[in-house]
Amino acid sequence: MATKTKDVQPLPPDPLAHTESTAALLRELVAHLRQNRTQLREEWARRITRAQLLTAMTEEEIFAEATSVYDNYVEALETGTFEALQAYARNLSERIIPRGVETHEVVGIVLLLRDVLARSLFAKYHEDFDKLNRILDAYEPAANRIANTVAVGFVQERERIIRQQQEAIRELSTPVLQVRERLLILPIIGVIDPQRARQLTEQLLRAIRTNRAKVVVIDITGVAAMDSNVANHLVQTVEASRLLGATVIVTGLSPEIAQTLVTIGVDLSEMATVGDLQGGIEEAERLLGYKVLPLEDLAPKA
Amino acid sequence: MEVPILKQGHYLIASIQSALTDADLSQLREALIERVGRFRARGVIVDVTALDVMDSFAVRTLRDIAHMARLRGADTVIVGIQPEVAFAMVQLGLTLKGVATALDLEEGLAFLNQQGEGRLEDRRPPGSRLDRG
Repeated sequence: MATKTKDVQPLPPDPLAHTESTAALLRELVAHLRQNRTQLREEWARRITRAQLLTAMTEEEIFAEATSVYDNYVEALETGTFEALQAYARNLSERIIPRGVETHEVVGIVLLLRDVLARSLFAKYHEDFDKLNRILDAYEPAANRIANTVAVGFVQERERIIRQQQEAIRELSTPVLQVRERLLILPIIGVIDPQRARQLTEQLLRAIRTNRAKVVVIDITGVAAMDSNVANHLVQTVEASRLLGATVIVTGLSPEIAQTLVTIGVDLSEMATVGDLQGGIEEAERLLGYKVLPLEDLAPKA
Repeated sequence: MEVPILKQGHYLIASIQSALTDADLSQLREALIERVGRFRARGVIVDVTALDVMDSFAVRTLRDIAHMARLRGADTVIVGIQPEVAFAMVQLGLTLKGVATALDLEEGLAFLNQQGEGRLEDRRPPGSRLDRG
């Protein structure tokens, strides 16, 4: 049987085919960057100042951080691994974010370092255009990956801090307060998202049981706006409280929120409302059988 | 599993000790209604403190108990709904609308006493009282 000669298609250029030489090139450029560390780092620091970045930090601080960043940058180029860089980026971010350093500054300085190093490569290899190209082929992907890693690390750290702060705010702002026997007040301030609404309800129900409350005044003076989801949460809170034997009085509805509640058709027959907190407390006291009198009225007549 | 029903003066107290099957719930309803008539009870307390879940059948049964008791002249109050249960109920839309609720047995009794006092004016002279037995 005659075998047909297979038509061998030329393989597309394999991006990894030059791995061997890429590694060699990277080693060469890392050596160059290490050798010229001092002046490249100074050039970089100059550019940072000229671009008016990191104004929140002193010169000494910038110098110290610049040194670490430079060394970590070169090491990432050398090893081709980015975990250490990522860890460093997050660590750096943790330190500089409280100082008020912004994302564009961090991205800016990393890109400036990229530029400074690239320029020094042009300067070194400008006579051998072919070599320059190969060096840049090795350098650019790695440098881009570094810029990316640092920027992403910074942003992730920021997001972590924001989440932490949100949690702290959430805990601060939903106290359930007992102001009389059997009377609880829940002043709500700020934005209520579904998660916070749920937390509020759970907290309130537990407090009703613990304090054996018969009346709860929920004050929403401090709530600017409420969408239908949150309004429903409020109605559910009122219903659930009733199941535990407590009457809820809602106070401090702004005209906008009143409008929202009416528009979405909330069943207001189950929800007692009073204009302001003072009125709400007075109504609550009345329900509990209290009457507040000035002391003179109670003084025995002579 | 039969729910113990205690009589305290003019009130009946049903104390649920553990999770009940649908059959148990129906039996409780029948038992309560029968006793309301037999003892001419004026109030019924159903204590659900021990329940950590309440499904729609349980809620419906409690509503039925309240309505039937009312038809036989007694007020009903459900006591001891746990916070988690209350939360789950409102999320699922299982309301006990129209049924009185209180925090615990003590509050439930206070509520019934209050209701009773309110009815003092309504009470007719003993002779003309319709027999509800």
